[in-house]
Amino acid sequence: MADQTLPIAGTLDVTPRERSQAMLLESLHGWVVTVDHKRLGILYVVYSIFFLLVAGAEALAIRIQLAWPGQHFLSPQVYNRMFTMHGTTMVFLVGMPILFGFANYLVPLMIGARDMAFPRLNAFSFWLTAFGGLLLYYSFIGGFGLYGMGSAPDVGWWAYAPLTAKAFSPGHATDYWALALIVSGFGTLGTAINVIATTLSMRCRGMSLLRMPLFVWLMLVVSGLTLVTITPLTAAQIMLVIDRYLGGHFFDTQAGGSAVVWMHFFWIFGHPEVYVLVMPAFGIASEIIPVFSRKAIFGYPAMVAASVGIAFVSLGVWAHHMFTVGMTSVGNAFFVLSTMLVGIPTGIKIFNWVATIWGGKIRFATPMLFCIGFLFQFLIAGLTGIMLSAAPWNWQLHNSYFVIAHFHYVLVGAIVFNIFAAIYYWYPKVTGRMLSETLGKWHFWLFLIGFHITFDTMHFVGFLGMPRSIYTFEPDRGWNHLNFVISAGGMIQGIAVLIFAWNLVDSYFRGKVAGNDPWDAWTLEWSTQSPPPAYNFAADPVVRSRRPLWDLKHPDDPDWKYEA
Amino acid sequence: MIREQSARAIRLVSLPIVCIAAAVARQAAWADGPQSSPSVFAPASTPASSILGLSLFVLAITGGIFVTVGGLLAWAIIRYRGRKDDDGSEPAQIYGSTQVELAWTVIPILIVVVLFLTTARIIFAIQDAPKPRAALDVTVVGHQYWWEFRYPKLGIVTANELHVPVSSKNDPRPTWLHLLSADVDHSFWVPQLAGKTDLIPNHPNETWIDPLHTGLYVGQCAQFCGVEHAKMLLRVYVDTPEQFAAWVQQEQQPGAQDASVAAGRHIFETEACTNCHRIAGTPAAGTFGPDLTHLMSRATIASGAALNTRETLRSWIEDPDHTKPGALMPAMQLNDEQVDQLVAYLTTLR
Repeated sequence: MADQTLPIAGTLDVTPRERSQAMLLESLHGWVVTVDHKRLGILYVVYSIFFLLVAGAEALAIRIQLAWPGQHFLSPQVYNRMFTMHGTTMVFLVGMPILFGFANYLVPLMIGARDMAFPRLNAFSFWLTAFGGLLLYYSFIGGFGLYGMGSAPDVGWWAYAPLTAKAFSPGHATDYWALALIVSGFGTLGTAINVIATTLSMRCRGMSLLRMPLFVWLMLVVSGLTLVTITPLTAAQIMLVIDRYLGGHFFDTQAGGSAVVWMHFFWIFGHPEVYVLVMPAFGIASEIIPVFSRKAIFGYPAMVAASVGIAFVSLGVWAHHMFTVGMTSVGNAFFVLSTMLVGIPTGIKIFNWVATIWGGKIRFATPMLFCIGFLFQFLIAGLTGIMLSAAPWNWQLHNSYFVIAHFHYVLVGAIVFNIFAAIYYWYPKVTGRMLSETLGKWHFWLFLIGFHITFDTMHFVGFLGMPRSIYTFEPDRGWNHLNFVISAGGMIQGIAVLIFAWNLVDSYFRGKVAGNDPWDAWTLEWSTQSPPPAYNFAADPVVRSRRPLWDLKHPDDPDWKYEA
Repeated sequence: MIREQSARAIRLVSLPIVCIAAAVARQAAWADGPQSSPSVFAPASTPASSILGLSLFVLAITGGIFVTVGGLLAWAIIRYRGRKDDDGSEPAQIYGSTQVELAWTVIPILIVVVLFLTTARIIFAIQDAPKPRAALDVTVVGHQYWWEFRYPKLGIVTANELHVPVSSKNDPRPTWLHLLSADVDHSFWVPQLAGKTDLIPNHPNETWIDPLHTGLYVGQCAQFCGVEHAKMLLRVYVDTPEQFAAWVQQEQQPGAQDASVAAGRHIFETEACTNCHRIAGTPAAGTFGPDLTHLMSRATIASGAALNTRETLRSWIEDPDHTKPGALMPAMQLNDEQVDQLVAYLTTLR
């Protein structure tokens, strides 16, 4: 029965496999002109991993400088460039492109489509993002233009006005920063439009919206959110460029402009941006946790509703980044409430993941290990978020190392852990080979230990009054030992990431052959070959439930009997 | 009654947390010398204490959530781990439950209501506190990378080291701080006295402190403001009423006029020093840099980047970049003799 509705690669696949014997140059040319969603997905991910290593090295430079008080490893200006570039790179050149890269690769496969809705827009978006990254890093060479070389933005990734004005930031580093974000922002917008169009119009027969895998749902919500949030960032950057080049006064406080307006623009982008980054991670967890617990996701409709809920609420919380700028008490109270409300749908998600594990038979493969790390760390990140949302306490903790600890718990403890989980989980599909489990477990445990040594400790040094963005600190403040511990943890994470990078390369050539469905999973991407052939599926799949491969493997007890 | 009970409950729940926090603070302080750390767990002023009260309450609730949810999660992972002797069959598939979903939606809503109401009370208590008539007014102006303190009613201008009188229940003498910026965003943060408030150009802010114990409290700028943000340190001296009155009396005097250092004074008044610095009672009236009328009454120079001694002062004048690379004061290219004369003059400014 089921065989007739769903093509299983190897039995039904009739796509000719073109083993092109192209020369290196032709093959590179093929990558440049490609409009294939899978190749573009791989380009995004490789590009992001490259920048992950770059921005990771910047983080280590920061930590070497702060390992002891009064160090001279970096000059103050270079230190400021390092943390600006670290933040900007991690958010715009690692987080967003890698998650949109996963979306590019996986969304069409998961919904049984042959490509994205707009393949050429897809390629255009990638290259815009890529050039945005190059533009940002070109500032190391061209930041001071003719007056001398070797510079980079040093205004923080939040780039508060009026520090970004010509008077306080001469040279061109800040211009490269603004232009890079405008360019890559347009790339991101293009991809978001593409994902929305693809999920709404390219689903295979039987794939109703409420049968889409949760990863696809999350990417749909994220793409909608991206359209709303990248726009104010782009607008603010254009205003900044007008200020700097055309004598505008939007943020020029010396001519009556407003520094606070920049903060509003930046955070109405910046806070939803956190959800743009974390929700794909939710999607990854919602795919991996069920497969490795051997159970259907618990409360699918609640998960979808919670995701949409988070997206809506996240648009009304931005000023919790601004509790210290002197809003009225009523304004502060409003943003306390809206921020705390985020905890409700987020809590629903955590409870549903726990309930999915409950009663299962957990297999502790590397992807699941990273997801388990994610669950604990995201729980803590959510709770420290509640602490920060209590405005009076925020007056103490804002811009301290406690905040750094909190958002790294979200960005590393939740998002990066799930990015690693996703790479271990889908690498066999993309390359046809398994990543080494031995190296994977080394990577996991070292990274976990390093992560906790670094970021758990940061909470305490924040309680002790250490502010962020300082290139050195006074030796008599009680922060010395804690900072050394933080730096040591950073080095352990660095080693773990190098093991991961080695695993990626080594397994590509020597990994165990994966087969179509190495994890015994349930979504459509596992029904086709590894790597999937051009246009993905030999025949259009037809699905009757959220887990088409479960139905296929259990014809006597299929999901569609039970799903509401 | 109910309030008392809940207050007692909060104290009870938060007791272990306080102990741990205090232990951490003491450990750190012990490790690095005698001066205490600017810990948020060691408040010495009403706003900081009420924030600590709120934070312990929030810590207790979030700690409870962590133990409950984290415990369930850990238990589920251990209890439902795959076993070696497993028959390979799939476990029972459970798709969801509306009752359970409702339960874990409603309970968090209740928690949020409690947290919000508690938080809102503290916001209004601190932010909308009425200003008593006896309050001392101080205008704080943030500069790249130093603090200017003006006492408009007392006619005092000083820098980097704020002096305020101690306050007590019977004789409340809070200090109201009006926060301005001359250039970019800064943030005023002395953790033991109050939460931070930003200094934003074109956007005047206000905060208040009422220190209950005398002593020195340290803090620093908490909003990235440029190259030397890290060395924009801040000291608050809380004086007894008598000490404070004496300090005011001293600061209201014009700059010392000592004929033995006339050469140094001449250099100060004829080089570019006067463009930025003011010394009351002399032609020097600049406002870009710190007021030097009573330079030697301060324990530090360069916004806390160095202790105020003859040697550090000399090195600072020779080349400010050596002490604080990126500071806006230029090296004046004076010869050794001139620097000596200038330092001799400045050290008379008590």
